[in-house]
Amino acid sequence: MQGIIEYLVSLNLPLLTEGTARFLVLLVVASIVAVVAPASLIILTWLERKIIARIQDRIGPNRAGPFGLLQAVADMIKMFTKEDITPARADRIVYNIAPGLAVFSSVMSFAVIPFAPGFVGTRLNVGLLYIVAVGGLGTLAILMAGWSSNNKYSLLGAFRSVAMLLTYEIPMVMMLVIVAMAAGSMSLADIVDAQRSMWYAVSMPVVFLVFFFAGIAEVGRSPFDLIEAESEIIAGFHTEYSGIKFGMFMIGEYVHMFALSFFSAVLFFGGWHIPFMDVTALPAPWAAIIGLIVLLVKVFFFVFVMMWFRGTLPRFRIDQLLDFGWKFLVPLSLVLLIGVAFVVKLFSPGSSAGIPVPPGPLSGLGIAGEVVGLLVVNLAIAGLAMAVVSALARRSRNKVLRAISAVEPPAAVTAQSKP
Amino acid sequence: MPSDYVPILIYLLVATFIAAFALVLPHYLGPRRPNPAKSDTIESGKLSYGDARRRVPVQYYIVAMVFILFDIEVLFFYPWAVLFWDLKWYGLVQIAIFAFLLVESYIYIWKKGAFKWK
Repeated sequence: MQGIIEYLVSLNLPLLTEGTARFLVLLVVASIVAVVAPASLIILTWLERKIIARIQDRIGPNRAGPFGLLQAVADMIKMFTKEDITPARADRIVYNIAPGLAVFSSVMSFAVIPFAPGFVGTRLNVGLLYIVAVGGLGTLAILMAGWSSNNKYSLLGAFRSVAMLLTYEIPMVMMLVIVAMAAGSMSLADIVDAQRSMWYAVSMPVVFLVFFFAGIAEVGRSPFDLIEAESEIIAGFHTEYSGIKFGMFMIGEYVHMFALSFFSAVLFFGGWHIPFMDVTALPAPWAAIIGLIVLLVKVFFFVFVMMWFRGTLPRFRIDQLLDFGWKFLVPLSLVLLIGVAFVVKLFSPGSSAGIPVPPGPLSGLGIAGEVVGLLVVNLAIAGLAMAVVSALARRSRNKVLRAISAVEPPAAVTAQSKP
Repeated sequence: MPSDYVPILIYLLVATFIAAFALVLPHYLGPRRPNPAKSDTIESGKLSYGDARRRVPVQYYIVAMVFILFDIEVLFFYPWAVLFWDLKWYGLVQIAIFAFLLVESYIYIWKKGAFKWK
């Protein structure tokens, strides 16, 4: 990006100073990303329908264009030319703003993503806070849609989305805090730089998994798609929407899913860094191109994993979701935060992302020691959590079994079991 | 730096434009043939009755209250995480005590039955 700005300035055109050149380049990049992000819907819906179809032993869309690639385009044309219905009893203003806000929030989250070496929208020093804030707007859009529709099913879907926000937000924020702590910065570009030697997903797999599950809940996809559970509440919050307003909720969901994949790749899988190769050391245009390709490969891997989940996992019930969040993820993330903090401090090798930091007592073991230490503490905490959960589950199961055997006389059971 | 927020502003403009564009366009593209049944509320084929905005029991309201408490507690972790390297061992011990208090109150809330689905 710096190179392009320098080139523009060297043209010596009137009004084209350093500042205006930077503004122009940023405007172009932002426009491209803001258009490409919703347009990624075309490839994402096609991919989703094909993958789900293959999982269910079907062929999937194959009529519009080669391999059905134009299916999403056909869908978009259809949605734009459908009648736009506002229910008579709906709150017209809120009802019409909600789909716009859904798209707006998911497009906005792309502003802080570092796409390739040199191509970072902004090195915002509160990047992680920005992600959480903009992600929360999506829930607001769902709540607005559900409430303004004046439909009982929509309202139920909106309530569920609020319950989900209560569940996933705290574990997600805690995991982001862990990443910020390990990198010593909340800027996404700095976090990528800090993973030059080792991806956080390798040293902190449990942290990544908690973040990823919380993220799927934020996007509202299977197995956490109870906000639009079609077998229970018709279509949840967007029951009343038709035409492109319904489509905009779809765009919002897919772009949000795309953004979550970007965040997973950037925060935990090293962004454009790959093992045994320094992408940033390549000559100027290649560093950006290879970096972008590496990042996109990782991103599409996560997109695939989310589609795979949708094809295979059943839906959570809402009380199960609240239990999973509050009785498992919240304590797990608190313990993880403190455990990881101690290990990072203990093994700190004396520099983080090029900034000198005080070395820990075990800094002699270097980066390998830190990775192994983090891995051990992650697995130990996860194992402990699983042991506690299974012990509690066994206890409550035994309680139920005792209650049953107290009601039914044991003699009857033995009599039945005999042939 | 304030200049870091310029790209955010640009995204704001572009995202608003896209959202507004998609909201306004179907006005001119789609047909418009309203009738009373079409603009009625969907209720699985039955005639709709009453207003949806009435009093609904929200079983997780205690969880919602606990959430607000915890969300504010979590905010304290952000500045600590950014200053993690400057605060040295002192900061770590402090945050460990803070987390311990948080876990303690969390166990108390659990024992009081706040997470029970009624």
